[in-house]
Amino acid sequence: MNLTAAELLERQSTGDLSAEAITQSFLARIQQVEPKLRSFLAVDEAGALEQARAIDAKRRRGDAMGILAGVPIAIKDVICVQGQRATAGSKMLEAFVPPYDAHVITRLKEADAILIGKSNCDEFAMGSSTENSAYQTTRNPWDLERTPGGSSGGSAAAVAASEAPLALGTDTGGSIRQPAGLCGIVGLKPSYGRVSRFGLIAYGSSLDQCGPFAHDVRDSALLLEVIAGHDSRDSTSVDRPVPQYAKVVESPVQALVIGVPREFFNQPGAQATGGLDAEVERSVRDALKVYESLGATIKEISLPHSPYSVAVYYLVATAEASSNLARYDGVHFGHRAKEFAGLIDMMKKSRGEGFGAEVKRRIMLGTYALSSGYIDAYYLKALKVRRLIRQDFDRAFAECDVIVGPTSPTAAFKIGEKTGDPLAMYLSDIYTISANLAGICGISIPCGLTKTGLPIGLQILGAPFTEEKLLRIARMYERETDWHKRRPAV
Amino acid sequence: MTTHRIIIGLEVHVQLLTKTKLFCGCSTQFGLPPNSATCPICCGLPGTLPVMNREAFHLALKAATALNCKIASFTKWDRKNYYYPDLPKNYQISQYDLPFSSEGWLEIELPSGPKKVGIIRAHLEEDAGKMLHDEHAGKSDSLVDLNRTGTPLLEIVSKPAIDTPEEAKAYLEELRLLLREIGVSDCEMQEGSLRCDANINIHVPQADGTFIATPIIEIKNLNSFRGVERALKYEAERQANELRRSLDAGAWVVDSSRAKAFRDYAVIQVLTQRGSEVAKATAGWDERTGRTEIQRRKEEASDYRYFPEPDLVPVKVDAAILDKVRTELGELPAAQKARLQSQYGIPAYDAGILSRQGRAFVAYFEAVVKTCGDAKEACNWTINDLLSTLNERQLDINVCPLSPQGLGELIVEIKSTGLNKQRAREVYTAMLDGLTAKQAIDKLGFKVVGDEAQLLELVRRAIAANPKAVADFKKGKLKAADAIKGFVMRETKGMANTEVVQRLVMEELNRG
Ligand SMILES: [Zn+2]
Repeated sequence: MNLTAAELLERQSTGDLSAEAITQSFLARIQQVEPKLRSFLAVDEAGALEQARAIDAKRRRGDAMGILAGVPIAIKDVICVQGQRATAGSKMLEAFVPPYDAHVITRLKEADAILIGKSNCDEFAMGSSTENSAYQTTRNPWDLERTPGGSSGGSAAAVAASEAPLALGTDTGGSIRQPAGLCGIVGLKPSYGRVSRFGLIAYGSSLDQCGPFAHDVRDSALLLEVIAGHDSRDSTSVDRPVPQYAKVVESPVQALVIGVPREFFNQPGAQATGGLDAEVERSVRDALKVYESLGATIKEISLPHSPYSVAVYYLVATAEASSNLARYDGVHFGHRAKEFAGLIDMMKKSRGEGFGAEVKRRIMLGTYALSSGYIDAYYLKALKVRRLIRQDFDRAFAECDVIVGPTSPTAAFKIGEKTGDPLAMYLSDIYTISANLAGICGISIPCGLTKTGLPIGLQILGAPFTEEKLLRIARMYERETDWHKRRPAV
Repeated sequence: MTTHRIIIGLEVHVQLLTKTKLFCGCSTQFGLPPNSATCPICCGLPGTLPVMNREAFHLALKAATALNCKIASFTKWDRKNYYYPDLPKNYQISQYDLPFSSEGWLEIELPSGPKKVGIIRAHLEEDAGKMLHDEHAGKSDSLVDLNRTGTPLLEIVSKPAIDTPEEAKAYLEELRLLLREIGVSDCEMQEGSLRCDANINIHVPQADGTFIATPIIEIKNLNSFRGVERALKYEAERQANELRRSLDAGAWVVDSSRAKAFRDYAVIQVLTQRGSEVAKATAGWDERTGRTEIQRRKEEASDYRYFPEPDLVPVKVDAAILDKVRTELGELPAAQKARLQSQYGIPAYDAGILSRQGRAFVAYFEAVVKTCGDAKEACNWTINDLLSTLNERQLDINVCPLSPQGLGELIVEIKSTGLNKQRAREVYTAMLDGLTAKQAIDKLGFKVVGDEAQLLELVRRAIAANPKAVADFKKGKLKAADAIKGFVMRETKGMANTEVVQRLVMEELNRG
């Protein structure tokens, strides 16, 4: 079933399809492709069908329907669903069953969405390929030899392969946009504070945001509308009205000015940081031409501090992670080693066994960055540069509506290609990371295929809390092209 | 030779009187079954987030304002990272470099007069849980009770400006009075709602006018104010002995070139033989043995890797909030004491006693004055008789069996009849059972003899019967008149009007 969420809603309202039939069909698709893709850590077949039947009954009674009624959705496994295991892709949380719903899950349930399963991800959302999951490696539906990106690779692959029309991911440094780009779908990272983090297993608390995956911009708008808004349980969630994104998404932005940062592109004699692939660059430049043809002004801008964003990110995010993950010591919860001699040994062994290599690497990095004698040179310096990166964007958005560039330097890379070289892996997030540091919003939409048939993502970045404009601008491009209609043959 | 100087700084943690914890909705009630006052947030479950309790912040503002602190217009939260099983997140949410208040003072009453003790800072933080070690029946299980986890604590750090163990006790008493009066904390040391760590070292004078400083010892496990005083006394002596021994044995050395200024004199820190400063240490106080036990030398300071708490937004405090806090605070003990002195003309010492009993007691005193019009007598009766009654019967002033009006009437009665103090006390005691002053006097059958002719007759008899006293009086021993008065009192079973007797005795003695 290749339908979008909007189409599924339409078919149900006309009586062509029931929620149960929809759910059955997606469950069948999951069964068919999961052995190849491994997008899901858990599929809640019984629960999904039960929800579907309840929604159908509701419709028969003539009750008011939620805005995602009968639409299945995959949930990244760092997001807590009451009564369902939330492993965060880690052995550490193999047995963790949260007694509460994340705020976004409460919203989805209120919207009558069908929670179909928990999708695979890099352990504690740390990674760019989903290879750091303690459980399985998810494959890219466009090429099973390649990764779907990460850390929300399971969610991206599930939507790309039509295992679910929608999915939720989290984005700390690009973990929604990068896999969306590599899987040829739409992925949106909301502004920091737009979506409550309550119930998200934390990685980098000042950077984490939850956001939608969908086939197109309209579906993304619909899902964002459901999950956005203030939550008194998250003091960093901002109390601002939530626009009706899905309604306004079709109206184009007039006198559009698009900023193109010179740092994101190869210059004569100097390759862009991270090594921008020529095919990717061509697709992005073609996309800019589409905007030009729609009357947009393309303006070269500069984000002078963006080359430092990866370095800043790997200090700020890891510092926060080293503290956020300290609770997993086998004392109150989390994996506990079977054999140990005393408390300290128990903590050491439990953490040693429960965490994977990348998580350990980041905990060590973050601990180091915060340690006395180093904190000034690393963590505090990183905070200063973070402010400069924010100011870059403030200045840029004073002269353009959005910033456009590639989502990733390359299309999907091979499984195992970068696992031995963490730095190369980190650089695959070079274009996405600065948005998290600055707290702005960003979206990746499909804008082409490589000669070998791999999707290419176009990233559009907007000022904080301008998701509405961001979606409308993304939709302008989408209407002119059909990249978002391409589906991989799994 | 002058004796050593003692340098004391106190770190006090008080639990704020909020109904719920600092970052979640769990109850802060004391004595609930283990782990019953917990939720996913204070247990630190993955995905949960803290939300600041506004009431806790408000109480903290009240305390800091009452402690004359500067209140920051912008304050933030920080994480203090350390691994301990009673800390489920393995970090404590506290305040590090931008506490909400700093640079205050607390005025304490000393025999030498009032003294302002400087306060470095007061900040908010969450409490940890409690470890319960169960070692009976061959097991050695450790259990954790998380009821206390997340309880709001205010940490108040004094300057090292407390000079004696007695002063430390006075500081704690004054602090407790203040915080109870403004409803910030109940300050019950037994229940852990007031905890105190004391930092102490001594400065020993040298012949050249400089001082040698011993390493600072932080005493923990202090569970009563008296314990604080005893521990500090013991520790000061112990440090003096240790210094003497260590210098004699050559274990510690002094390098005069390393003198540093402290207050108005120069101080030299003792060094190890290797030339590094002798490390600070922690000590535990053993109430039973009356000794401090050095637990560990802190060779290197713990690294708590403080960083800003990303889950909480900074707090802004504006002038409107501070105005509200000041209005709510009302009259603080120090200001109250000054007012009692000037308004009622009572001595500072007595005003201090009144003030220390709390607002309700002061209100009682003021009501007595209103009834009887005699502040001096009202003060005597309340701080002597009434206070001992309350202490003996372990009663709160709010449930005092004698109303302030009743006590006021008693004073009026005494003044009008000249009832002597001893008899007046009997009346007072009877009034505690619910009688009015008049009823009590009737019931006791006290009939004051005020008839001048009758009393004159008795005075003359007394003079006749005590020639020696009369002779002594004539020689200038004015005290001898007491024997005459005593005779009259005995004859009237203590019911003679003391004022009249006094006047008549003087008239008669001076006449002949
Ligand atoms: Zn709680």
